[in-house]
Amino acid sequence: MFSFEQLKKSLLVSLWFAFLTFPLLVIKVDPIERTVLWRWENMAFVAIGSFLISLLVHVFYKQQERRRVRRAAGGIVESEPLIQVILKEPKYLYPMSIAVLLCSLVFPHLFSTYQTNILITALMYVMLGLGLNIVVGLAGLLDLGYVAFYAVGAYSYALLNYHFDVSFWIALPIGALLAAMFGVLLGFPVLRLRGDYLAIVTLGFGEIIRLILENWNEFSQGPSGISNISRPGFFGMELSLDSAILYLYYIMIAMVVFTIFVVNRLQDSRIGRAWVALREDEIACQAMGIDKRKTKLTAFALGATWAGMVGVIFAAKTTFINPASFTFLESAIILCIVVLGGMGSIFGVIVGALVLILLPEYLRALSDYRMLAFGAVLVTMMIFRPQGVVANIRRSYQFKPKPESEGR
Amino acid sequence: MNKRVVQKLLAVALGFGLATPLMAADTIKLGVAGAHSGDLASYGLPSVNAAKLVVEQINAGGGIDGKMVELLIEDDVCKPEVATNTATKLISDGVHVVLGHICSGATKAALPIYNNAGVVVMSPSATNPELTQSGDYPNFYRTIASDDAQARTEVDFALNVLGLSKIAVIHDKGDYGKGLAEFARLFLEKSGKAEVTLFEGVTPGAVDYSAVVQKIKRSGAEAVIFGGYHPEASKIITQMRKKRLDTIFISDDGVKDDTFIKVAGKYAEGVYATGPKDSSSNPLSKKAVEEHKAKFGSDPGAFYENAYSAALALLNAVDKADSTDMEAVRNALQNNDVETPVGRIRFDKIGDAMGVGFAMYQVKDGQYVEVK
Amino acid sequence: MEYFIELFFSGLTRGSIYALIALGYTMVYGIIGLINFAHGEIYMIGAFTSFVVATVLSIYGFPLLSIIVLAGLAAAVWSASYGYTIEKIAYRPLRQAPRLSALISAIGMSIFLQNYVLLAQSSDFQPFPELIPDFDFMEPYAHFVGSSDVVILFTTALAMAGLTLLIKFSRMGKAMRATAQDRTMAMLVGIDVNRVISLTFVIGSALAAIGGMLIASHIGQINFFIGFIAGIKAFTAAVLGGIGSIPGAVLGGFVLGLTESFATGYVSSDYEDVFAFSLLVLILIFKPAGLLGREEAEKV
Repeated sequence: MFSFEQLKKSLLVSLWFAFLTFPLLVIKVDPIERTVLWRWENMAFVAIGSFLISLLVHVFYKQQERRRVRRAAGGIVESEPLIQVILKEPKYLYPMSIAVLLCSLVFPHLFSTYQTNILITALMYVMLGLGLNIVVGLAGLLDLGYVAFYAVGAYSYALLNYHFDVSFWIALPIGALLAAMFGVLLGFPVLRLRGDYLAIVTLGFGEIIRLILENWNEFSQGPSGISNISRPGFFGMELSLDSAILYLYYIMIAMVVFTIFVVNRLQDSRIGRAWVALREDEIACQAMGIDKRKTKLTAFALGATWAGMVGVIFAAKTTFINPASFTFLESAIILCIVVLGGMGSIFGVIVGALVLILLPEYLRALSDYRMLAFGAVLVTMMIFRPQGVVANIRRSYQFKPKPESEGR
Repeated sequence: MNKRVVQKLLAVALGFGLATPLMAADTIKLGVAGAHSGDLASYGLPSVNAAKLVVEQINAGGGIDGKMVELLIEDDVCKPEVATNTATKLISDGVHVVLGHICSGATKAALPIYNNAGVVVMSPSATNPELTQSGDYPNFYRTIASDDAQARTEVDFALNVLGLSKIAVIHDKGDYGKGLAEFARLFLEKSGKAEVTLFEGVTPGAVDYSAVVQKIKRSGAEAVIFGGYHPEASKIITQMRKKRLDTIFISDDGVKDDTFIKVAGKYAEGVYATGPKDSSSNPLSKKAVEEHKAKFGSDPGAFYENAYSAALALLNAVDKADSTDMEAVRNALQNNDVETPVGRIRFDKIGDAMGVGFAMYQVKDGQYVEVK
Repeated sequence: MEYFIELFFSGLTRGSIYALIALGYTMVYGIIGLINFAHGEIYMIGAFTSFVVATVLSIYGFPLLSIIVLAGLAAAVWSASYGYTIEKIAYRPLRQAPRLSALISAIGMSIFLQNYVLLAQSSDFQPFPELIPDFDFMEPYAHFVGSSDVVILFTTALAMAGLTLLIKFSRMGKAMRATAQDRTMAMLVGIDVNRVISLTFVIGSALAAIGGMLIASHIGQINFFIGFIAGIKAFTAAVLGGIGSIPGAVLGGFVLGLTESFATGYVSSDYEDVFAFSLLVLILIFKPAGLLGREEAEKV
């Protein structure tokens, strides 16, 4: 099954990893008691583990190679993956979406509150991902401070609720509007910046917002946060915790459907096409007469709007917020959702959010190894599917020549 | 499409979830929630160790009324939103009492969920005064004093024992440190005896604090009251001493930790820190530390003794109440004394531990010694 | 005036710490255009390796000088190996992929390495042995600048000079510059691009490790999370100076460090990061490619 060459190679790999992990995994020192603990068994684990993984990877590549050879020899035209077919064809897509929607509607009645609860979180990230997707996926502006708008939304509800007893439904549009304003505010100074310079400025912006929330006690109550935020009211009724979660779940389903609808329409709109043009080639885009400034600002503003809305929902869900929820890592996770799912693709972002948010929850079974596995999964997913789980399909219009030219 | 995959996953997960309770139907489930990964893991993991040791002991002694104690350990990364998931997860796993959470913020977010399910929660480290004083969280208890009580001890000590009149108050911008520092400033200003020359937050994790140290020097403060944890405290004290500044350093429970002395080394000498009364002479405290060394091969970390005490107090209450019902456990907590590493304690109506007197400690020859 | 000088030196220390880490960042970025989020973790691993080695050696009673040399060497060797391996596993397969995919891979790697060290060692803060003793001749100045500050400052200067010379004059440096300018063309003229990139990671990582050792010794403590904040600050410094430029990274580090120090001294340390990031935004508005970055003409 394995050639001698391959075994030798895997052996070398395992030796290399044994060497690599030697100082940190084998030695453990106590500088006060001045004792050294040699944990040689760890080295054995690493060596055996990396040996097996190396063989597995080899098998995987070999299979991929074989498939490619077979494909090339058979002259089979690469068939589109099933997902793409479904997404493209309304006659599959609509019944599918309705089925999914129905499933999600009965979901909370089949599973426990915990499952519903984490699904609400996942759905919140679906919305966040779709919002960021406008900025990163469509307009191609790398935003590492997206969490700032999320914080703006959350704090606007929390503060309005705390001071003026404003209800959830009134705060929702206010939070969205405020976040959009912040989006424009950030957009102005960074209009000239590109690529990674833009990334670091947005990162800085996110940090600035968080630091202000942390330090300005009179305004935001500082790091101790705001507690006892009201959950969304149901026509003035006070709901018990379980039904409040259920209610929030249905709100989220409705919001996500609404978001998908809007983002889908946006993509095909004039402004959506302008974003894509901007992403592909800024200069050509300007030459076509697109107002670069306006296009970028709307991308920031619209992206931020969604973050603001989710922020309001977030505050209503946890009933307590503090600045610790809005760190850079959060922005990074949302960005991961967008990229891992497949940039620019709505379906991809949904998959990305569900995977990345539900994964750490289900990895709880691994307890200590939870985040280790999470990091490893991120890397592996990117290596094996760099274009994301669901690659975005560009709308293409094919000129179909007569069948005889098919042989290539 | 994707939902189906998710549902399959859910079904599998649920299968696991169902399998465990079936195997161990008659146990007392003690949840342990806190930061077990991420930047604050070093404050959360010691409580896991503490719970493991206590539970091992109780189970070795035949459990509680014949029932074994089972641990459910869940991570909340000290984030409020994760904490709510952690709480619902623990409840759907059928938890009876919870040791946690570690951070005040996460605790506040999780408490309503536990309350709804009738689960008593005891934190080893959440010090925010609101948690007990607001009356919003009837199911909450803690084995650590609240920020204001500790700040009071620090300020009284600085004013009355040391007789200082110019004090700089520094904090780490976190909910624990800043909360404490705010109270310290308030008490100092109210007393009228001393001037707060400086009130500033330092950025936790920063590579260098010498600018703040220079500022402390310039402010002419005789002492620094620091609110925060030991990593920042040891960085600041080290840089102060290296800059030849011998200002008095007074700090809190987050610093009264042997790790602080280990890390700051010779610079730790003379530092004051508040902590639970006579814990070092308490035999139970010594025993708890010894057990940790024996089992995990290292010194326990932050809030270890508080967590150990909380686990003991919770399980003792369940034993005395002969039930895991919230009211019964609350009654048991309020009406029974229990011997713990932080002293002989019982809890008052709002959930703070009585009998955890606060005392001032000073580092002498590499050890915390109570200042009499 | 004295206060000003004190703050200036505080800023200089901070700045040289940022600069030392930023050098590796900027090198990697210059060559493959990737924000290597795992760089902070490499720095942390370097610091941890030197911590383990130094402690073991001191337990076995080696003299201080040999401990410094051996710990530094071990840190450099292992960090370089980590850098090499990470590039090979997590970045090389993604070289043709969209740039953001590599970024996510880097973030994943950073999370993985953090938790690896957390599990392999411990979550607790560990005391880092003081490797740099207080020099006697520094005593009169000790109230505003310490010995370790000076050592870090010199190391940064040395590293910057060395790297600049390497890139300007050596054969390998030439290959690096060629790869940075146009990878495909470099390949066509016979440069082994993979080797050049690997070597960049090796040098950058070894540098980070030395930095890790010196900085940890300056701070006096270490845990698995120190790489994260240091990494973000170093990244900011690299961008501020003009990412891809070696002197730029050092200048960026100093500007950042001094800003933070003066902001703390004259305003409040509550908002030191706000000042730092605001300055960054301001500079980038007027000089979108950073202080020393080359403004590239857009090809149409």
